[in-house]
Amino acid sequence: MSIRTIDKPTARPGFVRPRGRFNLGSRYTPVLVTLILLIAMWGVGATRYRGFLSVQMLLNLLIDNSFLLVLVVGMTFVILTGGIDLSVGSVVALSTMIAAFLLRAGWPPLVVIAIVLVVGSTLGMLVGLVIHYFEIQPFIATLAAMFLARGLCYVISLNSISITDPFFVDMAQTRIPLGPGLAITPSVIIAVIVVAIAFFVLHYTRTGRTVYGIGNGGQSAMLMGLPVARTRVLVYVISGFCSALGGVLFTFYTLSGYSLTAVGMELDAIAAVVIGGTLLTGGSGFILGSVLGVLVLGIIQTIISFEGTLSSWWTKIVIGALLLVFIVLQRLLTTLRR
Amino acid sequence: MTTQAPVVDMTDISISFPGVKALDRVNFRMFPGEVHSLMGENGAGKSTMIKALTGVYPIDSGSILLDGKPLLITGPAQAQEAGISTVYQEVHLLTNLSVAENIMLGREPRRGAAIDWRAMRARATEILDGLNLDIDPASQLGTHSLAVQQLVAIARAIDVQAKVLILDEPTSSLDVDEVSELFRVIRSLKESGVAILFVSHFLEQVYEISDRLTVLRNGQLVGEYLTDEILRIELVHKMIGKDIAVLSDLDRKERAPISEESEEAPFVQAIGLGRTGSIAPVDLSVYEGEVVGLAGLLGSGRTELARLLSGADRPDRGELSIGGRPRRLRTPRMALKARIAYSSENRRSEGIIEDLTVRDNIVLALQADRGWFRRIPKKRQDELAASYIQALNIRPPDPDAIVKNLSGGNQQKVLLARWLAVAPRLLILDEPTRGIDVGAKAEIQKLVADLAENGMSVVFISAELEEVLRLSHRIVVMRDREKVADIVNDDVTVGQVMTLIASGAES
Ligand SMILES: Nc1ncnc2c1ncn2[C@@H]1O[C@H](COP(=O)(O)OP(=O)(O)OP(=O)(O)O)[C@@H](O)[C@H]1O
Ligand SMILES: [Mg+2]
Repeated sequence: MSIRTIDKPTARPGFVRPRGRFNLGSRYTPVLVTLILLIAMWGVGATRYRGFLSVQMLLNLLIDNSFLLVLVVGMTFVILTGGIDLSVGSVVALSTMIAAFLLRAGWPPLVVIAIVLVVGSTLGMLVGLVIHYFEIQPFIATLAAMFLARGLCYVISLNSISITDPFFVDMAQTRIPLGPGLAITPSVIIAVIVVAIAFFVLHYTRTGRTVYGIGNGGQSAMLMGLPVARTRVLVYVISGFCSALGGVLFTFYTLSGYSLTAVGMELDAIAAVVIGGTLLTGGSGFILGSVLGVLVLGIIQTIISFEGTLSSWWTKIVIGALLLVFIVLQRLLTTLRR
Repeated sequence: MTTQAPVVDMTDISISFPGVKALDRVNFRMFPGEVHSLMGENGAGKSTMIKALTGVYPIDSGSILLDGKPLLITGPAQAQEAGISTVYQEVHLLTNLSVAENIMLGREPRRGAAIDWRAMRARATEILDGLNLDIDPASQLGTHSLAVQQLVAIARAIDVQAKVLILDEPTSSLDVDEVSELFRVIRSLKESGVAILFVSHFLEQVYEISDRLTVLRNGQLVGEYLTDEILRIELVHKMIGKDIAVLSDLDRKERAPISEESEEAPFVQAIGLGRTGSIAPVDLSVYEGEVVGLAGLLGSGRTELARLLSGADRPDRGELSIGGRPRRLRTPRMALKARIAYSSENRRSEGIIEDLTVRDNIVLALQADRGWFRRIPKKRQDELAASYIQALNIRPPDPDAIVKNLSGGNQQKVLLARWLAVAPRLLILDEPTRGIDVGAKAEIQKLVADLAENGMSVVFISAELEEVLRLSHRIVVMRDREKVADIVNDDVTVGQVMTLIASGAES
């Protein structure tokens, strides 16, 4: 050992520890902050309102937001690449319309669901192709898709179409018992499965790592020989698919199709992703953070409904304030790391 | 030296960009088991040639044969599959991912459908060990210095069992130890029959490692030579098309130590300046008109010290006085107000703005200094740009060229011009000649020496010790993030400084 030290006295300084300027741990900090916030809000709710502390209250959070959970999965993929998808809400509305319309026409429910999913994915693919090959800003391309999907809703029908199909009604009413007095809906299970798959893809496949790589910006991912074109298109397909699936879950929840539904829902999804600690510039964030983001949004809504006297607009105000706080926080964290 | 058929045979390659003929009917071939250096000034077309071979740029005309068969590829991914492994000039890696991923992505070990993270880290560690690089493969790439990132890029390229290995200026931010480590690896790859393309502006390295040279000038082929059969002086002549005199001009010019005879207080004086986790407290003074060279190995704390002096990082201990008065520099902007400018080693992420023009990049710092509401008149901007384009020989000599379209060395010149334009009282240069060709390097050194003569203080960092010795009045040796010596540069030799760097003994 001592001979080696004489041999190579410098021992390669600096290689052992990276520079102190960045802190690896802080990659997770935004997610941790969200988690702490969630727990704090739950704690506040629990001290103020009776019934807030129950486990079923938490499960209701999942039940009421299962469609949003699915939407944020797609949105997280897109934002991780540094893109954005504004068409989400419209695609949800279009999905409810197609489903309600076809069901009214007597199509079998599973075929209807398949068609809805195919339409959503195809729309996503078109958007992705336009973005990648014509180098159109994701903001613009998905804005166009947003108008297109909303327009198609009106083509189908101007009025709300209610759904009476037994399968859909079943899905809306079924409660899967989890224990004494606890139950969830099938939608929750679907949402959890989607989140699990997304987690696997993002963290355990080359495609997932390429998503992060694209978000790093520049030509690097391409020069490293990673499948950039395919992956960039794929994230929009995923987002389209998730929007359509979210739409299906939304019909399970509302049992109707309506052109004017889910207006601005894409913004809820974006808000959840950002509150979950994902950087809008791409390349950094976690799917589980986005899930926490959804729960934060859900708990704000719950608190405001428990409060009773507050109008529901307070939800928006609180979300707005929170978003601001989180963006400032992320900014601070990135500069503090310097 | 070889009778084998070439692995790579590029003939009559032409590539044009709007307004520039980057390559004009150039031939280039590579043989198995041979290191072939591509030589030429900044902007000669070396990197363009490489990108033609790896499918980044489509060729306008000509043919590329790989193993005698036409190479039909549309991008880097296919080039990799065809057995061509590349380290591009600028480090093109993903700073937001881990070191292991940067080495292994694209051929990551899997268990079933899932990436086997444990195996991936283990394999990455092995490859890094092969380069004698001791870093945590799970750490985020962006937390490492540029030199380490460059080594990681090399590690990525050599791990593939490639037929052809391309290294475009792989040594530009490495120092002696790393270079010899790299050469050891190159030699063993060579032995196993890999054809290696090497680009470097360091002639010593080129002569040490390569068997064959191809010289380009202004996008045209000058010729192909065997390294043994061409003298350096001839080679330089072929590269620049004329002899260089400036180089010898500056060599060991008498440099009187300023600090000793000076009556005045130093322009910048740091007492116990340090930052936890970054650098131990350092005392440093820089007098007016003095060039202080920082010498040390990779990770020895040179850049960290520069960042503390320039407000890029905040010190958490010690004091700094400027012009005799205590100051706290919390941001580079405050430093600029105090007339201290810092040119970063990392031109791509902390330097040039790729999408702006040459003119905009040059006037950027000056404009920021004046404040954004007092626009520098267009005429003045043009004058500034024109004078630096001429002084530093920036090519193409077009102030409206977009910087990302310039060759690597020319981008570096633009960055340098930006800080020179500010005319600071202290200029901190971190690897200012990285990737700059022999002729231009001498020009830049001369410029720095002249500026110092006129009263500007300079802190000069370079992995190339000869350069530090040639320019500095005083040399501060860093080791393990500490200052270990502060010596006056009178007849100091490279060998002496090397010993100081290695042993850290007080002089
Ligand atoms: N994408 C591009 N668009 C326009 N011009 C380009 C582009 N890429 C390179 N050029 C031009 O082609 C010429 C050759 O550039 P190249 O990068 O090949 O030089 P180089 O020999 O690698 O120089 P260096 O030693 O500085 O790296 C330069 O004049 C450069 O401005
Ligand atoms: Mg180059």
